[in-house]
Amino acid sequence: MSLASVVIVGAGQAGFQVATSLRQAGYGGRISLIGDEPGLPYQRPPLSKAYLLGKIGATNLLFRPENFYTEQRIELRHDRVTAIDRQNRRVLLEGGEALAYDHLVLATGAHNRPLPVPGAELEGVFGIKTKIDADTLAPLAKQARNVVVVGAGFIGLEFAAVAVSLGSAVHVLELGDRPMARAVSREMSELFSQAHHRWGVHLDFRQGLTRVIGENGRVTGVETSDGRILDADLVVFGIGVIPNTQLASEAGLDIANGIKVDANLLTSDLHISAIGDVACFPCLQNDEQPTRLESVQNAVDQGRTVAARLMGKPAPYGALPWFWTDQGDMKLQIAGLSNGYDSTVVIGSPDSAQLSVLCFRGDQLIAVESCNRPGDHLAARKILSRPPQLSPTEAAAAGFDLKAWEAANRD
Amino acid sequence: MPTLTLIEHNGTAHQVTGEIGQSVMQAAMFASVPGIQADCGGACSCATCHAYVDDQWLARLPAAEGTEADMLEYAVERNDNSRLTCQLIISEALDGMVLRLPASQF
Repeated sequence: MSLASVVIVGAGQAGFQVATSLRQAGYGGRISLIGDEPGLPYQRPPLSKAYLLGKIGATNLLFRPENFYTEQRIELRHDRVTAIDRQNRRVLLEGGEALAYDHLVLATGAHNRPLPVPGAELEGVFGIKTKIDADTLAPLAKQARNVVVVGAGFIGLEFAAVAVSLGSAVHVLELGDRPMARAVSREMSELFSQAHHRWGVHLDFRQGLTRVIGENGRVTGVETSDGRILDADLVVFGIGVIPNTQLASEAGLDIANGIKVDANLLTSDLHISAIGDVACFPCLQNDEQPTRLESVQNAVDQGRTVAARLMGKPAPYGALPWFWTDQGDMKLQIAGLSNGYDSTVVIGSPDSAQLSVLCFRGDQLIAVESCNRPGDHLAARKILSRPPQLSPTEAAAAGFDLKAWEAANRD
Repeated sequence: MPTLTLIEHNGTAHQVTGEIGQSVMQAAMFASVPGIQADCGGACSCATCHAYVDDQWLARLPAAEGTEADMLEYAVERNDNSRLTCQLIISEALDGMVLRLPASQF
């Protein structure tokens, strides 16, 4: 298959990675990278933490400077794709132009699930997804007196930690009964509950909101599910995302919680791949169930996998998922997927906030969550990537050390 | 602006101009030096921006501590002069620093 032209829709982490990996592997054809946000492609993780705090500037968000794209002949287009013409293998751009492809990569990402209550349109109510969101939010966060965060997931809690450190009173509303319930074990949730409590963040579980209240178009408060009015001059919500599937769906590609792809990350059209937050793939670490992951690791590794396939080295995607979140002085790193775990072994001390939670399903280690124990995290990534398996009995033995076990069982 | 030399495992040397306050990782990425992955973008979460710092320069750097020290234990082919370049902040004092890159970051 000769590929004269690869078109990538979406210039986020996944789209950028495909373009870069193709050139690194010696691809000589045309690469078009189409993004609908202004400016150069950038990293999103710092938007809800280091960038908001001003610890890193706008230049440091960029993956690469402008001359990189010229030198690498990566055609960066600030445009929006309005349709995929599969029959003629071309995409139609908002400007009216049509762009031909031999292979198309959809890396369209996801958008924030909107806050489904009256008043969500008031000024001072934010989701954090783009650099523009963060740029608008940063000065308001510095001035805010009362902040309400909706959703105790990664983004919500990262922002809560930022806001409380800037001197705001912070109240988090979460429908579930613990923080980051979708991603971590009960033990790790508990550690983060305690930490936020220590920092002065008020966590309110089994609690939603019924409306956002405002005056003259600006937010002044929220009403909680149990009827309380909380003052708020800033409301930030992080209640999940919705994959951007519209383009693929209108083109007739299979959709199921994202764009459906096979183990090689191909959609139902063999000239089109989908990767990153938008792709729903059979996940090796999730019993090959259709899975959609929203993470840097997933975007990067899927980008590499597709670039390798296009360069004649196909391999099913099987990279170990890993994630991180930084909240206050706590760095949480997760290796593997913990959903469906039925027992845990805890290493370290909750008092020192240095803790690893090993999550098992039956006898199988499926995930390791490490707080302020980065060595454990990297050891876990090795352990989870290859045999032999660590048993719950071994892990529960007195004085067990994950790094030592990894070193002793290295091949 | 300070100039650094990064030498790939195959011997190819790259002169990289860095800005004060920027990390060595970022200066290397901006100069498109192959051999540094930096999957996490500088959050000190992945240990794929590993490099060996030439001994004469090692002493001028603050020692690796905390997260970096812990992560370094897992860098591939770790050595006494191993550092994670996302944690090395460029200053005038580092003008001329030489770093060598490992064969692989994984």
